[in-house]
Amino acid sequence: MQCDVCQSKEATVFLTQIVEGKMQKVNLCEACSKEKGVNDPTGFALADLLMGLGAAQEIEKTSSSLKCQVCGFTQADFKKTGRLGCSACYAVFTDGLSGMLKNMHKGTTHTGKAPAALQERRAQGEKLRALHDNLHQAVVAEEYERAADLRDQIRRIEAVP
Amino acid sequence: MKFSRIIASTGEWLSGDGPHRNIVVSSRVRLARNLHEKPFPGWAKKAERLDVMRLVKDAVENLPEMADSYSENLEALSPLEKQVLVERHLISREHAAKGVGSAVVMNSPQTLSVMINEEDHLRMQAICCGLQLDMVFGMINRVDSELENLLEYAFDPTLGYLTACPTNVGTGMRASAMLHLPGLVMSDQINKIVNSVNKIGLAVRGLHGEGTEAIGNLFQVSNQTTLGETEAEIIGRLNRVIEQVLEHEQNARALLANRKSITLHDQIGRAYGILSHAYSMSSKEALNLLSIIKLGVDLGVFPEPCRFPVDELFIETQPAHLQKGAETQKMSADERDSLRAAIIRAKLSSVKEPDIAHLQAQTEDPAEEKHDE
Repeated sequence: MQCDVCQSKEATVFLTQIVEGKMQKVNLCEACSKEKGVNDPTGFALADLLMGLGAAQEIEKTSSSLKCQVCGFTQADFKKTGRLGCSACYAVFTDGLSGMLKNMHKGTTHTGKAPAALQERRAQGEKLRALHDNLHQAVVAEEYERAADLRDQIRRIEAVP
Repeated sequence: MKFSRIIASTGEWLSGDGPHRNIVVSSRVRLARNLHEKPFPGWAKKAERLDVMRLVKDAVENLPEMADSYSENLEALSPLEKQVLVERHLISREHAAKGVGSAVVMNSPQTLSVMINEEDHLRMQAICCGLQLDMVFGMINRVDSELENLLEYAFDPTLGYLTACPTNVGTGMRASAMLHLPGLVMSDQINKIVNSVNKIGLAVRGLHGEGTEAIGNLFQVSNQTTLGETEAEIIGRLNRVIEQVLEHEQNARALLANRKSITLHDQIGRAYGILSHAYSMSSKEALNLLSIIKLGVDLGVFPEPCRFPVDELFIETQPAHLQKGAETQKMSADERDSLRAAIIRAKLSSVKEPDIAHLQAQTEDPAEEKHDE
């Protein structure tokens, strides 16, 4: 079996770690295991090591020649660095990334802080959607007075840039 | 503000006070932020990095929190000055390796620092002493909320804040506490604790973060994941775990004092003896021995006023701080070791011999004996 890090020497160190019920495995050769500090339990987290490796392989499995239109980053670059090129890359490489993020994190959806301006826009979007729904119902029910009122409300919101 | 002023004062996180100060050296929260559709620093060309730096630096310098700030481009700092900032945990080792196109801005109490163009466009952190992660998060969160009005952040409604490395995506937050755990190390329980903390998705690392050795019995506990939980949930989880570790450390210390009192007295006495009589000392040896003296202060073997000078030595004996104090540009390792030993000797000359009788009096307490059975 080959070493997962250098891909050349024979692997002699086999590691398995269970983090929150998820099993992670890695095979290393003597030299790489030393270099990664496997012997030192205080300075070593298998997850950190796997992030660099697994991430790139995951991306590779998905379609072959993706390239970010904004910054020109390719999946080969990702494989090399384990980092992305710009914020737009997340949308470009979304297929490969989503599986990887699932293994890496507690969840797949952000539930924490959001920029206030964005939160407002988000809240407004929801309000608009609700008004449109109500308007549709009002029209179907032929309640034209209510519909006109709703239409005005929507216009007022949309008038604000 | 001049660099010399940074050097002159030790920074609030070392000299201040906070809950569980004896065991929790410092609490730190770092947020990673990037600008919308601008290439991340690792991928950006020099001109793009400079553009981002100017934009971000301008915004950060004008924050009310940064009214009296120190702000510098990294290429303007000497390797020694960068290392001083690393030893104070004000910039990361990765950031110290950067040059043109990167910068750092920090406030005068050295509790807030913003790294510009590290791995992400912005890495901002707040640091304070003792266990107060919630307070520290509040500090950096305010800075972040002010900056989001001035800069267009890369944010996705599903993935949260977008970062160069997928390991930071979501909250972009890394909260960590530096713990001093000599009791768990001396009683051989540390590996067990490290492993169980790792199992619940938190990371334990050495003095200077990822991939560094645990010297001086100092360990950093931090969250490993950033997506799927709110900032408050992550910090709550971390707080609960740290409190558990604190309890284990306190138990380990009590047990050592009761059952292995001779070993403990011996270690404290030897550490004191070597530190006050050595003429050459490596930074690693110094930290390991100072850790034992710090434990001695916690146990009342050394009087409480010794705490600050001992804590200060943890920073002052680091390689760059030594050289900065000596004001010579280049020193050999041997010269540093002998200077280090001299500084320690001078400082410890005001610290009286360990009062082992104080420890013995504690361990002979009959209530403790009964508890021991």
